[in-house]
Amino acid sequence: MANATSSAPHQGSLDPTRSFQGLILALQQYWADYGCVILQPYDMEVGAGTFHPATTLRALGPKAWNAAYVQPSRRPKDGRYGENPNRLQHYYQFQVILKPSPPDLQQLYLNSLKVIGIDSALHDIRFVEDDWESPTLGAWGLGWECWCDGMEVSQFTYFQQVAGVECAPVAGELTYGLERLAMYVQGVDRVYDLNFNGRDDDRRVTYGDVFLQAEKEYSRHNFEHSDSDMLFKQFTMAEQACQKYLEAGYSADKAQHLMALPAYDQCIKASHVFNLLDARGVISVTERQSYILRVRELAKACGAAWLKTEAGGVTL
Amino acid sequence: MPDLLLEFFSEEIPARMQARAADDLKKMVTDRLVAAGLTYEGAKAFATPRRLALTVQGVPSRAPDLKEERKGPKVGAPEQAIAGFLRAAGLTSIDQATVQADKKGDFYVAITEKEGKPALDLLAVMIPEIVRGFPWPKSMRWGAQSAKAGSLSWVRPLHSIVATFGPETEEPVVVPFDIDGIAGGDVTRGHRFLSPGEIQVRRFDDYVAKLESAKVVLDATRRMDIIRADAKNAAFAQGYELVEDEGLLAEVAGLVEWPVVLMGEFDKSFLAIPGEVVRSTIRTNQKCFVLRDPQTAKLVNKFILVANIEASDGGKAIVAGNERVIRARLSDAKFFYETDLKTPLEARLPKFSQIVFHEKLGTQEERIARIVALAGQLAPLVGADVAKAERAAQLCKADLLTEVVGEFPELQGLMGKYYAEAQNEDEAVAHACEDHYRPKGPDDLVPADPVSIAVALADKIDTLVGFWAIDEKPTGSKDPYALRRAALGVIRIIIDNQLRLSLNKIAKPELLAFFADRLKVQLREQGARHDLVDAVFALEGQDDLLMVVRRVEALGKFLDSDDGKNLLAGVKRASNILRIEEKKDGKSYNGAVDGKLLDAAEEKALASAVATAKSEASAAVAKEDFAAAMTALAKLRPFVDAFFDKVTVNADDKEVRANRLTLLNEIREATRAVADFSKIEG
Repeated sequence: MANATSSAPHQGSLDPTRSFQGLILALQQYWADYGCVILQPYDMEVGAGTFHPATTLRALGPKAWNAAYVQPSRRPKDGRYGENPNRLQHYYQFQVILKPSPPDLQQLYLNSLKVIGIDSALHDIRFVEDDWESPTLGAWGLGWECWCDGMEVSQFTYFQQVAGVECAPVAGELTYGLERLAMYVQGVDRVYDLNFNGRDDDRRVTYGDVFLQAEKEYSRHNFEHSDSDMLFKQFTMAEQACQKYLEAGYSADKAQHLMALPAYDQCIKASHVFNLLDARGVISVTERQSYILRVRELAKACGAAWLKTEAGGVTL
Repeated sequence: MPDLLLEFFSEEIPARMQARAADDLKKMVTDRLVAAGLTYEGAKAFATPRRLALTVQGVPSRAPDLKEERKGPKVGAPEQAIAGFLRAAGLTSIDQATVQADKKGDFYVAITEKEGKPALDLLAVMIPEIVRGFPWPKSMRWGAQSAKAGSLSWVRPLHSIVATFGPETEEPVVVPFDIDGIAGGDVTRGHRFLSPGEIQVRRFDDYVAKLESAKVVLDATRRMDIIRADAKNAAFAQGYELVEDEGLLAEVAGLVEWPVVLMGEFDKSFLAIPGEVVRSTIRTNQKCFVLRDPQTAKLVNKFILVANIEASDGGKAIVAGNERVIRARLSDAKFFYETDLKTPLEARLPKFSQIVFHEKLGTQEERIARIVALAGQLAPLVGADVAKAERAAQLCKADLLTEVVGEFPELQGLMGKYYAEAQNEDEAVAHACEDHYRPKGPDDLVPADPVSIAVALADKIDTLVGFWAIDEKPTGSKDPYALRRAALGVIRIIIDNQLRLSLNKIAKPELLAFFADRLKVQLREQGARHDLVDAVFALEGQDDLLMVVRRVEALGKFLDSDDGKNLLAGVKRASNILRIEEKKDGKSYNGAVDGKLLDAAEEKALASAVATAKSEASAAVAKEDFAAAMTALAKLRPFVDAFFDKVTVNADDKEVRANRLTLLNEIREATRAVADFSKIEG
């Protein structure tokens, strides 16, 4: 009787084909049933769900790890002042990380599509080559874009290397583009028209109600007003703090690290600040490469530190 | 004889890797079979998105016995030698060796017979080796076993292997091996969605048939045939024509195991975008085919998609989904196109000052300025209006900064033309925006309009001069900046348009050798002799490629005639004598012949013939009539022959000898009017 609640829910409000939040909850339920820990979004600005330490750092080291979470992802450059029907500077990814990758990962993924209303007897689901690489994270993997009737709805990656470290064992990563999936199953062509809460009455809330103003404001900020001087300073500060914490975290014999996570936060910070500067157009083409390289160096050093922590596989 | 069936069943193999992987599998297996002495009758490999398969027919069940003979010491050799021989041959007593005789006497021979191994045992070793050494362009590790170093890697996770071996008349056996927990077996699976269950297979025949009934078409060629035929029929049924695209067809055939062709449509208003943009949008992003009206050859608002399933609703949801995606993509493309039209091409140019063309060659802005200057310089030489050539050069790269080209780089040039037309540029200027990239390859058209020619030459020559200056010349198979193609483009533009250009005036002389090389390759492909190209380039100042080609042609024809062949022999003989004597004397005989010293009738005749031939040939060359120049030289032949027949060059009289050598030099000089005969082979 798990569904018996005191106030009866409005009919259909959690149907993943009619409700954005219903779709998220359905995916969470599915992966929780599988045995994943359901985490909450990381409390920092990141460009993708992969940046969450639950993926980047937990993908490293020998220990098993199964987690799923929603991650708001910030892509300052992709803002369109709310005028483009499917481009956003802030959107949601649903991220699943399974280490080691289970042998039936593809089937698990297909089953998850079924719970959000995509039936493989009716829809043409395809695994189309897509080699994933994140220059800033020093990471790469092989896998696919998953297509549903010609639309890319997920990324499917077997991590081979993260933070410059070979993955042993390999983790499987699934990234669902939540807005795209919801638009598809709801039959909506404009992201702002998505039904957010699944209500059809006067309590109906759309994606636009929640995020349209934010898209406009952040587009203004990202392209026109963000304080470049401050951001340049923040980049350097984050970089230096990361290096400082990394150094301070090592035990005397360098066999252990006690502050990999705080150091990695500063790496995330530097990466987001770089994205803001890039969107503002104040980084030249040649400089761009060197900034990416600097973030990558931080990520690599954090990965190395993580491997000296308990969760990274060191026995204390 | 037994057949081998192999299948590697995995997660989705990238479409672009499948054909190559099938070839590699066949080669790796058959090479090893042959090396093990197992000659087979036939082999064929296949690939689908989820499997690589191979059938090898007529493999002997056992490798042939090997008889090894090892020659030993003489009979009666010292004990130590005998003992060493026994050890090396693996014998325990000399009685086991046979005695043979040769010229030097009797000696021991050890004959060992190695029994050939069963093919099954050899396969059990071979297959794991092949799996571990498979040359995937990129491979990966997966699963729990990837925690261990050296774990198996494959293009994507490998799930199972079918490996059966046996004669047609008997139940085949499974080849016994185990690779990181994957054992040889006889079970595979059908289509991922339509028939996902396990299938037990015996040999190739039932394997193909069972797969087919499990909705898997094994052969990529057949999948392509099915798609092509179904797509054509679907188009025809509606009065349209499929825009065929073999590259896309091959890719799509690599994305499905069970092709199902469906047709969708999009709003007619999108046909206002240039057809190439519609096609690129639908092709690149969605991997769908476009259709056209057979009467007008214009695109229609339909597309063909290839699904991997027979859907329970007949494909309605799939078509609807694809239509939505294509609508969104075309909306983007339309938006890009319309946005692009709002900005005149020249207004984009300042941005090029921010874009580096090459670290050592400056910005795109600087490069464009060079192309403008060079196009202006070339224009009068190729019959183009200078102002138009400069305008075209100014605009020709501007479309690189447009949204459409950003999205679809393959449309560079073409979009430039459309945008130039839209802003009412002169027609020749607009066409040059597209055609200055030509020829893009050996099969591409060569620009013919003078304005396009001027810009195309300027673009290519600037590239060549620039990369030469920073010493980034092509080496071996490496030519990252496609400089060979650029040089060949220049050559083809000049030759096809019969242009008279002195390359040394527009490019650095060092480049001439590179052009000569490319021209040699080009002419050789057309059947001309490369030594003739060398013979012409060996002359001074040969920087006019059209004249070089004409000379080579005339020379080729001349050397095919008897007169030509004999004259060549005579000139070579003269050159050889000269070379030897000049070396001996430490001086060259390049003065004038002294008529008073001429003695023999044959040398007098030759001297007068050479003088005549030389002046006639030079006059003909001045008129660019190379055939006439050859005819003039041909007249020399009987005189040269008679001279060598009757006259001794190395006469006792020093002065006479010197004069005769000078005469030989005159022969050589006369022929240099058309080519350096010493470079000609034969």
